[in-house]
Formats: sequence, C-alpha cells, structure tokens
Amino acid sequence: MSERNSKLVWNVILWIVLLTMPYWMNAVGGYTGLATRVLVLGLAAMSVNFLLGFTGVLSFGHAAYFGLGAYGVGMILKYIAPSTPLGILVGVLVGTLGAAVVGALIVKLRGIYFAMVTIAFGQMFYFIAFRWNTVTGGDDGLNGWRRMPIDLGLGKLDIASSGQIYYYMVLALFAVSVGIMALILRSPFGRTLLAIRENERRARFLGIPVERHIWIAFIISAAFASLAGVLYALLNNFVDPRSLHWTLSGNFVIMAVVGGMRSFWGPLIGAAIFVVLQDYVSSYTQNWMFFIGIFFVLIVLFFPRGVLGIIRRRQS
Amino acid sequence: MTELILFNVFNGLIVGAFYALMALGLSLIINLTSVINFAHGGFLALGAYIAYELAPYLGFWGALILAPVLTAVLGLVVERLMIRRLYGRDPLYSLLLTFGLAYVFEDGLRYIWGAQSLPFKVPDWLMRPLSNYLFFLTGYRVFMVVLVAVAVIGLFLILTRTRLGIRIRAGTLDLETVSVLGVNVRILRNLNFGLGIYLAGLAGVLAAGLLGLQPTMGDALIMPSFVAIIVGGLGSLVGTLLGGLLIGVAAGLATVYVPSASEAIIYLMMAVVLLARPRGLLGEEGMNL
Repeated sequence: MSERNSKLVWNVILWIVLLTMPYWMNAVGGYTGLATRVLVLGLAAMSVNFLLGFTGVLSFGHAAYFGLGAYGVGMILKYIAPSTPLGILVGVLVGTLGAAVVGALIVKLRGIYFAMVTIAFGQMFYFIAFRWNTVTGGDDGLNGWRRMPIDLGLGKLDIASSGQIYYYMVLALFAVSVGIMALILRSPFGRTLLAIRENERRARFLGIPVERHIWIAFIISAAFASLAGVLYALLNNFVDPRSLHWTLSGNFVIMAVVGGMRSFWGPLIGAAIFVVLQDYVSSYTQNWMFFIGIFFVLIVLFFPRGVLGIIRRRQS
Repeated sequence: MTELILFNVFNGLIVGAFYALMALGLSLIINLTSVINFAHGGFLALGAYIAYELAPYLGFWGALILAPVLTAVLGLVVERLMIRRLYGRDPLYSLLLTFGLAYVFEDGLRYIWGAQSLPFKVPDWLMRPLSNYLFFLTGYRVFMVVLVAVAVIGLFLILTRTRLGIRIRAGTLDLETVSVLGVNVRILRNLNFGLGIYLAGLAGVLAAGLLGLQPTMGDALIMPSFVAIIVGGLGSLVGTLLGGLLIGVAAGLATVYVPSASEAIIYLMMAVVLLARPRGLLGEEGMNL
C-alpha cells in the first residue's frame, strides 16, 4: 500500500469513528458529553500544535484565548442576546483580538522566554476574570445562561435539549476548522512557517518577514483555540476562571505531545487519551491530578515522540 | 491615608521580597540549564510542610534552618533522576516534566496533609508590633525582610566569592567552555539546581509563618515570579531581584487605589516593560535561551 493510500484509509477510519462516536460511546462506558469534550479539547490541542509543531513556537498560554472565547460566548448569551451564533462569533472575535494584542508584544521573543511571557500574559486574563465579580461571576463562574436552539431557516437545530445534536454541531465546526488548518499548512504561507520552524535564521536571510509570519500564525492558532473555548462553554452551559488558568494551557501542550506534535492528527489522539484517562481516574480517586502528573512525567521521560511518533517510527 | 499607603508599600515590599526569593531560584536554574521549573511552587510548599513536621521537635529556628536544606536535597535527587535526562533536548520537554511534577507535588501534599489550611507557629516575640504608631510592622514582617536580604546577600557572595558560584556564573555564559576547562558540568548543574530549590524551600518556611500552610501555597507565587524575571530581564540576577521588589511594591500600591486590580497590575507592568525594552530592565542583549 502506498503512503498516499494508507493515509487516505486512516483518514476515512478517523472520520467514521468521529461520525459514529455518540452511538457507541455509551456501550464502552462513556457518554456523549465525553465525546464532545474529546473534540473540543482536540481542537484546542491542534491549535496549540499549529504553533508548536508547525511553526516551532512554544506557546504556553493558549488557555487565555480558550477562556476569552468561553467568556465571550457566555456573556453574550447572558447579557446581550440569547443567540448562539452571535455568541460564537463574538467569542471567537474576542479571543482572536486578545491574541493579536498579546502577539504583537511578544513576537520578538523566542524559546523559553516566549513560553514564559505567554504563560504570564495568560494569567493576566485569569485574574481579570477572577476579580471582576460583577461581570464575570468571579471564582464561582458565569452561570445563569444556556445554549439556545439555532434557527437555520429551514428548521430548528435543537442543540439546547439534545447532547447528540450538539455533538454533531461541534463535529461540523471541528471539521471546518481542521480543514482550514490543513489548507493553511499546505499553502505557501504554511510552508513558510515550516521553513521558520526548521531554520529561522535562513528564513530570515531569504527575506521572509519572520516576526510578521509568527504573529499571524499566533493569531490564527488563537482563533481556533477561542472557538474551542466557545464550544466548551456551550457544552457545559458554564464558564469559570479555570478555563483561563495556566494549568489548562499546559494540558493542551501535553495533549499535543502525547499524541505526537509532528503529526497533524496527533493532538486529537492526545486529547482523547487525556480526556478518557482523566474521566476514568477521577471516577476512582479524588487525587486524579497526582496520577495525571505521573503520566505526564512518564510520557516526557520515555515517550517524547508521542503515540503517532512511535507508530511512524515502527513503520519506517 | 499616609498610614495606609505606608502599610501597603511595606506589605508590597514583603510580598516583593518573596517573589524575589522565589524568582532568584528560578532564575538560577533557567540561566544555567534553560529549564523553567514549574515545580518550584511545589518545592516551596514542600519546604513549608517539612518545616511544619520538624517544628514540634526542633522549634521554629531549627525548622527554619533544616527544612530548606532537606528540600534542596530532594531537589538534587529530582535533578539527578529526571531533569538531567532532558538537557540538550528541546526545552519543551523539561518544561513539561516539571509541569507534571507540579501536579504530583500539589496533589501529593494534599493527600498527605489534607486540603485545609494548617497553622505554623512563630515565636511570640516575633509576632508583636514594633511600635504603636506603625502597628502593621510586626516583628515577623521585619524579620522576613531582613532574612530575605541576608539570603540574597549570601547568594551573591556565593556567586562572586566561591569557586562553585564563579563556575555557575561562567557556565551561564558558556557552559561548553567551562566543561572543556575541566569542570564537571553534571555536578555543577546538580548543585545549581539544589541551590535554586534551597531558596524555594526557604521562601516556603517564611510564607508558612505569614500565611499558614496550604498545598496550593506555591501557586500564587510562581506566576509573579515569572513576571519578576521577565521585568528584571532574563539572565540578570540583580534584575530578577529588582523585578521582584518592583512588582511587589506596585501590587501593594495598587491595593490602595484599585484593590481589584492588584494582581493584574503586575502583568500590565510586564507588558509596558516588554514594549519599551523587550529584554527586560537589566537583561543582557541577545540573551538567547
């Protein structure tokens, strides 16, 4: 089987799995919400990997844009208008704008310095959400709102009462997002990002405006992260400051690494492993963080290439 | 009003001294090995809990001396067994390793000592206010600032006067050359890590005396420590010290005028510094990590 064909087969299998997930999730001990969480966190991890794996920039603060999106949609639905599409739009815009501002401040930094600054800026949004009680609900989170059915003109998409319908809406948005991501990575712009990842100095000598490329990549990546945050808030009908916390940013990066950060689909696999593991461990013990932490340490020490990295190495 | 401002500036100075103590340890480790130690807050909390266990037998002073040393020893072990394997690889991995360790520390401490806050007893004479007018100046607060100052002076003496310290500083600039000159770099990195963790442990014991013990006590300190390093400038320990005190006082002053922004203000300061001077106040030009 040629490489092209095997890629096609794997893609078909992946989409079949994603399309049928709500139907067999219960049979294997899960629930529809868990499947939705896999998709949402998978999208977030893929957005982080857009920078980490394909641009070579270590952002450790993506929870900020995830959380901005989540608060954006929550506030629209609670204070402005009970319209889910408007909420999604505004949520994504808010997160993307936040990233555009922060990104402009940090594009000149590299390596761990870049990582540190992205974390620190992420915490700024955390404290704003945490302290601005009257608007954000503070530590208790923003509740008293819920996702509303979407009127498509032909009929109503009743995402409010059916978790399953909501899953398929998330899947549709997920598909569009990863499609756009894949197209960007194949475009000349995406190839330039790979060039920057491989050798920034040479890219610079070729006359590529490296800073501008990284800034744009940062914004694109954050746009997908905020969409993930929006969908996460809609899934729970709730947002709290933890969706902005730096530990969540770290979890995104870990998901990307667990799955394999040099592969396009790796982060989704990593997210699935993370979500299932967290769900499973936390049903047995309150101290699930301890075991998740041990899992992280073992991955880093013994499987730094991630699941897909290992499979690929076997094949070649 | 003057009293309120004085109180908050002084409080900010104390908080800043904490940030600085923690940030100096982080900075030492980052400068020599490019490892961002997320578990620093975990080590800090561990130091506090060790002191809590030791205090009934050794008293406050014994715990204050011994707990940071024991924490540092654990730091040496962690470096030897785990972090050492990741030098020379993408810094992402050491970052994720310490991130995982931070989870393990926090939940481990919660499992052993519980999530509730535990009190840590400080000698009575330290808890008395120094004067009636400046009622907020309890002996313990002054003592903390003095102790941090002593620790910082001690650190700078080690770094400038001892062979170990001079080698650490040389290694920060060019580890390869230091290695070629016959210094055992493995031991150097190990001891450097231990030194950083010692400072975390010390900060932990001091914080316990002020605020009591909680498994998450390091959490509130680690992010401001990052900000202190960024504001002060990567690669400069004096900058880190300055950055810590600066953001502490800024946060203290913000408490007077806009209490709800006292946390966010330091990130705003960081943004301003990055805009005006991307390498930080005293950062080395072209410091590439």
